[in-house]
Amino acid sequence: MVNPMKDMTTEEHPAPLLHAVAQGVPIKISARGVCVSYGDKQALFDIDLDIPERKVTALIGPSGCGKSTFIRCLNRMNDVIENCHVSGVIDMDGVNILDKKVDAVGLRARVGMVFQKPNPFPKSIYENVAYGPKIHGLASNKKDMDAIVGKSLSRAGLWDEVKDRLHSPGTGLSGGQQQRLCIARAIAVRPQVILMDEPCSALDPIATAKIEELIDELKEKFTIVMVTHSMQQAARVSQATAYFHLGQLVEKGDTKKVFTSPDDERTQAYITGRIG
Amino acid sequence: MYVTLNPGNRKVVEGVILWILVLSSTIAILTTLGIVASLLFESVRFFKSVPLTDFLFGLEWSPQTAIRSDQVGASGTFGAIPLLAGTALISAIAMMVAGPLGLFAAIYLAEYSSNRMRSLIKPALEILAGIPTVVYGFLAALIVAPFLRSGGEGLGFEVSSESALAAGLVMGVMIIPIVSSLSDDVIRAVPQSLREGSLGLGSTRAEMISKVVLPAAFPGIVSAMLLATSRAIGETMIVVMAAGLAANLTANPLQAVTTVTVQIVTLLTGDQEFDSPKTLAAFALGLLLFLVTLVLNVIALRVVKNFREQYD
Repeated sequence: MVNPMKDMTTEEHPAPLLHAVAQGVPIKISARGVCVSYGDKQALFDIDLDIPERKVTALIGPSGCGKSTFIRCLNRMNDVIENCHVSGVIDMDGVNILDKKVDAVGLRARVGMVFQKPNPFPKSIYENVAYGPKIHGLASNKKDMDAIVGKSLSRAGLWDEVKDRLHSPGTGLSGGQQQRLCIARAIAVRPQVILMDEPCSALDPIATAKIEELIDELKEKFTIVMVTHSMQQAARVSQATAYFHLGQLVEKGDTKKVFTSPDDERTQAYITGRIG
Repeated sequence: MYVTLNPGNRKVVEGVILWILVLSSTIAILTTLGIVASLLFESVRFFKSVPLTDFLFGLEWSPQTAIRSDQVGASGTFGAIPLLAGTALISAIAMMVAGPLGLFAAIYLAEYSSNRMRSLIKPALEILAGIPTVVYGFLAALIVAPFLRSGGEGLGFEVSSESALAAGLVMGVMIIPIVSSLSDDVIRAVPQSLREGSLGLGSTRAEMISKVVLPAAFPGIVSAMLLATSRAIGETMIVVMAAGLAANLTANPLQAVTTVTVQIVTLLTGDQEFDSPKTLAAFALGLLLFLVTLVLNVIALRVVKNFREQYD
């Protein structure tokens, strides 16, 4: 196994399958044969998926289907869970990030994550955003740091709302603002990929609309993978969609195609509301 | 058949239960009030014969008074400063041991240990908490103190056979479980989402702990430390056996010192007239001890409250 990626793509698995690829969109991450189990219980079975660069890829499926488990493989967040075992290959820019030799800490700076429930640190708004740059030494002085914080907050569409109270606690913001703060915090470490695990599930429709708009803008700069329970949201913001069912990847491809003429009847059933 | 509208016995039972609960919760408060009242009452009697300022600021403690009027002897001096200094010295040594060790043990247990390690260490710490203090006391007096004495002499220090250091070290080990188990609880109470938030930004575990988890758990850790300090201040058996009776006013941990609790014990053991200043002094010391721990608890609450206001 000198080059596991090569074996995987040429022999066991067919070439990248995403519809978008046919149109020549570069692939940022490609997963091959990813299996995950918690103890004896297998949660993901042999997942092959390509994530197009600077696009929004939505992972949909009923609860417990493994979509969150999959997204957590992309930044090795599953390492934190005792007795969670991940196998297979996830290639990002020519490196198998599942390789134990790859530093998960460094990887997580490149692959940022936004969680289901907004989780700002119990620190000021400024310190929340400055946290990542500080630990990675991205700013050499206060002025640099101010610039990073300002830029990240503006990109997350939060600057105008908080510029007068940067030093008040981040936990004092509304739910939607907190979630945008968490996005700003993730952007501040200059990631290439941003993972979002149901980023709007704890928000009201207006805050949700703002985040969706933001996601749409962010895809200019970042590759975004999001888990969502809302079919409408997936249809609105994503360009590629993957449908998970009971730990299997059932359908993947261009969002329009998946939503209008899915190949698998389980996908059809889910998006029309018959299951899930 | 519908459910009857007549409450009957069920309502009576409700009332009885309520009263049992109210009684249980107020007994502790009533007892505390009673104790404070009796301490105050006897202390007032003590301060009739010994001025309050002499007691609070006096630098000499020697409570021997003449038992019979025809006896020759000192009238007794009741300066509490040497006792307070001794208590503070020993508690400080104890906290220097228990603070870091207890906190580090808690961090390991809460953040690093596997479930298996945890199931080994947690009960071991609980056993440590279950050892009777009198056992710690003779450990301090018969093993640690002679060891420090011979070790110190080897290095050219003069160590008295009963030293603040021996008592403090052993007391420190004794209160490790208090610090570690309370800190473990508060560290584990920090939401997992904050840990993931930090790790998700590419922090190492140590960065996550020092910059996110410990600050979030800080109020709880402070109250754990202060609770442990209160315990150290009130501890009696170890100091009786290992710290000595000599009321030296010193900051040298190698010398014998005495503490408030030790003096209360010595004042009240033996044949004494109950209304002599010597006996009554015990109540004054008890009151003093109570006030010190009360102040510590109030400070702890303040710290926690300020911290909450800052972050919630």
